[in-house]
Amino acid sequence: MSIELPTLKPTDYASNQDVRWCPGCGDYSILAQMKKVMAALQTPREKLVFISGIGCSSRFPYYMDTYGLHSIHGRAPAFATGLKAARPDLQVWVITGDGDGLSIGGNHLMHCIRRNVDLNIVLFNNRIYGLTKGQYSPTSRLGAVTKSSPMGVIDNPLYPLSIAIGCEATFVARTVDTNVKHLGDVLQRAAEHQGVSFVEVYQNCVVFNDGAFEYATDRDRKADTTIELQHGKPLIFGTHRDKGIRLRGMEPEVVDLQSGVSEDDLLFHDEKAAEPSLAYLLSRMRYPDFPEPIGVFRAVDRPRYDAELNHQIDAARAKRGPGDLAQLFRSGDTWTVT
Amino acid sequence: MTSTTESVESVPQPAPAKKTLSLDGATIRLAGDSGDGMQLLGTQLTNTSALLGNDVATFPDYPAEIRAPRGTRAGVSGFQVQFSSHDIFTPGDRLDALIAMNPAALVTNLSDLEAGGLLIVNVDSFDAKELRLAQMEHNPLEDGSLEKYQVVRVPMTMLTRNAVEGLGLGVKIADRCRNFFAMGLVYWLYGRDLTPTLRYIHDKFGSKPDIALANERALRAGWNYGETTELFTSNYRVAPARLAAGTYYNIMGNQALAWGLVTAAQLSGKELFLASYPITPASDILHELSRLKHFGVRTFQAEDEIAAVCAAIGASFGGAAAVTSTSGPGVALKAEGMGLAVMLELPLIVVNVQRGGPSTGLPTKTEQADLLQALCGRNGECPLPVLAAASPADCFDVAQEAWRIAVRFMTPVMLLSDGYIANGSEPWRIPDVDQLPRVTIQHPQPLEPGGVFLPYDRDERLARPWALPGTPGLMHRIGGLEKQNRTGTVSYDSDNHEAMVRLRAQKVARVAQDVPLQQVLGPPRGDLLVVSWGGTYGACTTAVQQCLSQGLSVAHAHLRYLHPFPRNLGEILRNYKRVLVPELNLGQLRLLLAATYLVDATGLNKVKGKPFAVSELVDKIKQELALIGG
Repeated sequence: MSIELPTLKPTDYASNQDVRWCPGCGDYSILAQMKKVMAALQTPREKLVFISGIGCSSRFPYYMDTYGLHSIHGRAPAFATGLKAARPDLQVWVITGDGDGLSIGGNHLMHCIRRNVDLNIVLFNNRIYGLTKGQYSPTSRLGAVTKSSPMGVIDNPLYPLSIAIGCEATFVARTVDTNVKHLGDVLQRAAEHQGVSFVEVYQNCVVFNDGAFEYATDRDRKADTTIELQHGKPLIFGTHRDKGIRLRGMEPEVVDLQSGVSEDDLLFHDEKAAEPSLAYLLSRMRYPDFPEPIGVFRAVDRPRYDAELNHQIDAARAKRGPGDLAQLFRSGDTWTVT
Repeated sequence: MTSTTESVESVPQPAPAKKTLSLDGATIRLAGDSGDGMQLLGTQLTNTSALLGNDVATFPDYPAEIRAPRGTRAGVSGFQVQFSSHDIFTPGDRLDALIAMNPAALVTNLSDLEAGGLLIVNVDSFDAKELRLAQMEHNPLEDGSLEKYQVVRVPMTMLTRNAVEGLGLGVKIADRCRNFFAMGLVYWLYGRDLTPTLRYIHDKFGSKPDIALANERALRAGWNYGETTELFTSNYRVAPARLAAGTYYNIMGNQALAWGLVTAAQLSGKELFLASYPITPASDILHELSRLKHFGVRTFQAEDEIAAVCAAIGASFGGAAAVTSTSGPGVALKAEGMGLAVMLELPLIVVNVQRGGPSTGLPTKTEQADLLQALCGRNGECPLPVLAAASPADCFDVAQEAWRIAVRFMTPVMLLSDGYIANGSEPWRIPDVDQLPRVTIQHPQPLEPGGVFLPYDRDERLARPWALPGTPGLMHRIGGLEKQNRTGTVSYDSDNHEAMVRLRAQKVARVAQDVPLQQVLGPPRGDLLVVSWGGTYGACTTAVQQCLSQGLSVAHAHLRYLHPFPRNLGEILRNYKRVLVPELNLGQLRLLLAATYLVDATGLNKVKGKPFAVSELVDKIKQELALIGG
């Protein structure tokens, strides 16, 4: 007997809660694409868990009709690790922001990535603290004037993808809130990846940092300020696709394809490279010196923490038999009093 | 007792020329440089004594440094054991014998040795250099300062080197066998059987046969030396204790706690998830559980204390029997996570093996100064049940009780142990698994589409349902924001907040209806009640028993439940003229008793990183009684 399962639509993934982000916030687009991707993959709602920390982005779980945990500031990767280790059958998403993930929670993010726990981490990067109303974040640009930096930020910023690749994340990608097709494709690939997936989304905060990514989203400029990575393809960009990235030693450079440089001379993107150095180099290409890469930087296979942990359980049981308390209690030197 | 290995020969019997005297029991301390193997020596002596049927109680005492500067006072590591032919609850106050491997060990431990007690020293280590390292101007072996003791000077270094001669070991390695020489001598002195230790040596050093042989030779040389030297005219026997019938194992507190957790999980149909960050003196719980994977135990060594509590909460959300284990500084870091667990109303055990504080404090020493932290150390009104283990073996029972309360009330539970019981050991009567308590856990079943699930609905105990991710129809979101009762929807309504704060407090208060009444040792009414909690149980109960046997009007209430208190505690407190609260802190339980019951209790407070001596308690009890009598 076969059972006809009802087809889940994007709206089926929406909870009954009113979404309370500011009008025009980039978060709406990420939520919409997430629901679309879940419907595309037909992931059963009960198998999904969204875990977040604190911040604007971290309200995300309330808006999905799945299981969800709105935890404490910066610690979402730790909750997610515990859940996934105990329950490898669930698909677990971590929703975080630049403050939550990289400032208060930097340590957990680093360790969760290096363990390659099979989680999907989406970091909404708006380069500002939104929920606390406008202080600079670890990704704010040098010189940025904010409520807590009236004379400009003097802290050198962190770049989320450089951190993720430094921790040898097995899946690393970047996308942009307004580029909905690209955003959906990247989220889907993250969902499908086995192991930790780290996705940075350039997300506009309309209230406290409006236009932070305008260079990368402006219809007329984005072809020149961003470069879409495609596995096995040369790095070409520009409105007329007339510019490329070439390596000179370990230094990337922008070259003009009309000045005698052939496509074969360009850097070819290999997301499956075991060695993360080229992916790291791509993560350091920054506007205005370079177009900023979007797409999948790295997608490799490595043993997953949650799977390995459960393999050890199985192996121990295979070797020693299932645990027997009476046997355990008598495993040491014992004596009997009659 | 398990069978012996074939390589082990029978034990030589003492020569008939020497007398064997019978003792009720003995308290012995083995002291030497940290890294000299004193803890190993002590553990072996304890296990061997337990196997002989003695009741045993131990007190390991070691420095925070792995190898403190050699020969210095700071580097002295000690292990005290009392073995007895009757029931004992403490490792003993005063020493009948002290084995000092160097001058520093002698000078730092001598004050605990009874006048006339046996002092065995490694005379080879009393040279000018060692004396200087121990900051001693005179050699106590020569200046007459040891006259009131029976001093036995044994050239242990030389005798050990002789014993291992011909095995081709360097001097350094040969000298490492000295602790086995000392062990052999102590074994002869107290008529201990060499067999268990010989078996240990061959198990432990099986892959290094020359080392195994050297240790065996040193052990036997120590025994033979006792038998042949004229320094000893007699040795001793301590008859087996009359313990209740059963099979026993000499268990350490941390091991008992780990086994209790596994047992609790197994008997409630759960798999255990322990998330922990290494910290003294709690790490052995992580070590023990990490080797019990065949029980489905998942251990996660987290990147920090915060991650550990958070991962445990994540696992609890997923349906595991989740635990995080640590010591006081770790609890400080976990406070926010524990607060979240209170809001989420998920079961969780937080184990605090207390040590000397504040801050890093005295990492390897014991203290009971985290009681107020356990009750109050979180932001907001954030109550959770708090239980404390009384002894090494009690850790096994308390761990199961903590889990029972955690799941019945859907709440995090704080379980307090301390360095003294964590590292101490005592005979544990192995329970019949079929007789152990079982907790039934019922998770809500799947709902048909259109059904309404209320994640914060409540049962008669006010506990909410434990709905597991993966269950169709029960999708819900939980978090740290205040929420409406029943629906769990985020709510900022002021009346709702107050109602929820009161509800969470009421739920925890109801635990008192679900736990046994407080018991009292001694008369139900009288002059003085001693109220204690945690690891001071052994000393307090021994002191009260002594006073009772002298006909004094004193009783003892030892608390396992510190929040909420047992529901008859107030009544008990009113039945005595005075109340004495001995604690290894500056009066934390006393403060709680005063605040809760308006009882004007007296404290006996000590924060030296050491347990109470029975005599200190007896003296204080008599002082208190004198105040009434006057």
